[in-house]
Amino acid sequence: MFPNPTPLTDSNPDSLFKRLKAGLARTRAGLAALWSSSSVDNTSIDALETALLRADVGIEVTALIVEQLRQTAKQQPQIDMRACVTAQMLRILTPSTPPLTLPTSDKPCSILIVGVNGVGKTTTVGKLAKQFQTQGCSVMLAAGDTFRAAAVEQLQTWGERNQVPVIAQTMGADSAAVIYDAMQAAQARCTDVLLADTAGRLHTKSNLMEELKKVKRTMARQNPHAPHQVWLVLDAGTGQNALQQAEQFHNAVGVNGVIITKLDGTAKGGMVLAIAHKLQLPIRYIGTGEAIDDLRRFNAEEFVHALLDPA
Amino acid sequence: MFDNLTQRLDQALRNLRGIGRLTEDNIKDTLRNVRLALLEADVALPVVKALLEQVRVRAVGTEVLKSLTPGQVFIKIVNDELTQLMGASNDELLLTVTPPAVILMAGLQGAGKTTTAGKLAYFLKTRQRKQVMVVSCDVYRPAAIAQLKTVAEQAGASFFPSETNQLPAAIAEAALKAARIQHADVLIVDTAGRLHIDSDMMQEIQQLHEQLQPVETLFVVDSMTGQDAANTAAAFAKALPLTGVILTKADGDARGGAALSVRYLTGKPIKFMGTGEKLEALEPFYPERVSARILGMGDVVGLVEAAQQHVDQAQAQKLAQKVKKGGFDLEDFREQFRQLQNMGGISSLLDKLPGMGQLPAGAASAIDDRQVKRMEAIINAMTPKERRKPDILNGSRKRRIAAGSGTQVQDVNRLLKQFDQIQRMMKQMRKGGGIQRLMQQFKGRMPPGIG
Ligand SMILES: Nc1nc2c(ncn2[C@@H]2O[C@H](COP(=O)(O)OP(=O)(O)O)[C@@H](O)[C@H]2O)c(=O)[nH]1
Ligand SMILES: Nc1nc2c(ncn2[C@@H]2O[C@H](COP(=O)(O)OP(=O)(O)O)[C@@H](O)[C@H]2O)c(=O)[nH]1
Ligand SMILES: [Mg+2]
Ligand SMILES: [Mg+2]
Repeated sequence: MFPNPTPLTDSNPDSLFKRLKAGLARTRAGLAALWSSSSVDNTSIDALETALLRADVGIEVTALIVEQLRQTAKQQPQIDMRACVTAQMLRILTPSTPPLTLPTSDKPCSILIVGVNGVGKTTTVGKLAKQFQTQGCSVMLAAGDTFRAAAVEQLQTWGERNQVPVIAQTMGADSAAVIYDAMQAAQARCTDVLLADTAGRLHTKSNLMEELKKVKRTMARQNPHAPHQVWLVLDAGTGQNALQQAEQFHNAVGVNGVIITKLDGTAKGGMVLAIAHKLQLPIRYIGTGEAIDDLRRFNAEEFVHALLDPA
Repeated sequence: MFDNLTQRLDQALRNLRGIGRLTEDNIKDTLRNVRLALLEADVALPVVKALLEQVRVRAVGTEVLKSLTPGQVFIKIVNDELTQLMGASNDELLLTVTPPAVILMAGLQGAGKTTTAGKLAYFLKTRQRKQVMVVSCDVYRPAAIAQLKTVAEQAGASFFPSETNQLPAAIAEAALKAARIQHADVLIVDTAGRLHIDSDMMQEIQQLHEQLQPVETLFVVDSMTGQDAANTAAAFAKALPLTGVILTKADGDARGGAALSVRYLTGKPIKFMGTGEKLEALEPFYPERVSARILGMGDVVGLVEAAQQHVDQAQAQKLAQKVKKGGFDLEDFREQFRQLQNMGGISSLLDKLPGMGQLPAGAASAIDDRQVKRMEAIINAMTPKERRKPDILNGSRKRRIAAGSGTQVQDVNRLLKQFDQIQRMMKQMRKGGGIQRLMQQFKGRMPPGIG
């Protein structure tokens, strides 16, 4: 049912790249000078540090990268800094880019989408529906956000756009019950993939995190392997708090995929590196706009390239 | 990471004790520490640089009084500069124009514009008895109009309907007309989220601004925003004559450095903070509190507020004594829980309590009535000696306590960790001049009805 995890093709592969780079103007200026200098000195290290911090890479990983660069430079002063930094970043990201394997027989494959408020969960559910359908899977959506005003209508619109069924109840209904119903409906209709949207919640609110745990437990009652995937949506604009979000959601419901949205802006999403470094969570997709096709598989080389490329 | 900036600074300035004066040379390391703290708090790098320069200029030459440590003196300077940068507290909305006074909401996708539009409507209606009308010019995001409609109903504001096939300009014009006819005092115009680099969309909102001539153009920004806050704030301020900023999602545990970046780069006051998803969760902005939080001292503020609000005066005195002497033990900790439950459970207080998000993650997660009960049960299962000297709790004692309270050993450990955190905060308060002074400082900042 699921084709091999070859990267999904984009109708216009250049456009994402352009967009990713669009916001890097300022960093670029600093980095351009940096890459053209062939020796590692304090000025070039400062420029690198500034660029990384401004990309939300965070102090810890920035220090790590800078330190490794210093070490390398000690042994061979004439190094290609760009290649060196790129290699370090890719090394950090490697554990976070395992191939995605979804079950082929255990239908429906259920995917729970979680995250804090306003990061793009519902939109991402809509985009994912399209991707799975393109791969030949049948899809159903569960309107697990029963709290935010018009969240159900929003998901229903995405259902219409994809022409897939949306299982929903009224506002204020029990989120776990809605998703449980949806799992039964998906099973009855032999649906391949069930995407369950949930309400945004700050990771610090223990009652809301408990509610999410309950959703997960309830799903497991239907199928002990469910949810097959729990994907955390993070906003690329988020700063250091992204790490706390990842930690807390991971503690609560065991995240096995991260999606970074809004990479079409000027935010660079550098906290991905901090999350990969600390938690080794798989990074799965990136969101690059509000339209249905603006979702791509995460590609570490492309990501690092966009973050560092001075051109 | 920055549990205690003061401590770090003290360490960096340790050698200074007795020297009596801050100099260019002896504050270098400390400045670097502050830089890290600010970056860790997501203050944008250009703003960090500007602020540090100001701090440096002010700090050099400052005398260190005998009763204080250089770290304390320095942190005070940093805190003062930060607070000053943040601007005055609690700026009001300026609505003194011929009605309808128009408020235009602007910001990135998902920042909280629609929710905040509802909150403002509710605020103006309940606090200022205004007739409020709201309208959505968001014809892009699915169900954005329906969302505003629901929120407007909850807020008791009148809702001017719009359709996704209309042009935002046409919607705005019709709404303005309707607001005039219906003698609405205020018209709140919600807009679609937009990226500052999307020139078509930026042009659209500029046009809306031109047409509506709003008295308030509010930039709504997520307090979890990182370095990019600098880019977006500067771009929005350039495109629109902003009159103020609203900081949303301040109920989380982000340090909120974006507040400083946005304030600095737009030059506009932060007028409100969103502290929850509900309509009432809108608070005036207190610069002191946010700067304390950016510096990683917010936990102290949260604790002091909690202490002030929940503990009666006599108890507070007793607590203050304990804190001063450092004798706060698990008995006292349990007493705190009891007090909270007397007040109807902590969750009922939570909504009203300002700045609860400022408690550290561990402490915040303790704030759940069931957990409070569980924690009390754990302490009940201890012997008086164990309560006074939790250090003696070894594995077997913990197992006994867990069994006795119907909990797990990990629950016992969690409680001890939280207790330890609180004790550390108290230590910090002792250093900072004592709970009394802190309480004094925070008096009069409570919303009506509490404290
Ligand atoms: N520019 C941009 N906007 C996005 C992206 N993903 C989501 N959004 C927008 O972010 C806002 C919040 O999205 P939504 O899916 O409702 O977030 P949720 O609260 O997490 O469900 C909406 O305006 C979306 O259109 C993205 O990748 N790029
Ligand atoms: N916790 C919390 N959530 C908020 C706050 N303000 C808005 N939200 C949530 O953030 C999400 C996005 O808000 P929305 O008003 O749709 O954003 P918009 O896209 O800018 O209109 C929703 O889930 C809101 O409930 C706040 O102050 N605290
Ligand atoms: Mg949603
Ligand atoms: Mg909106």
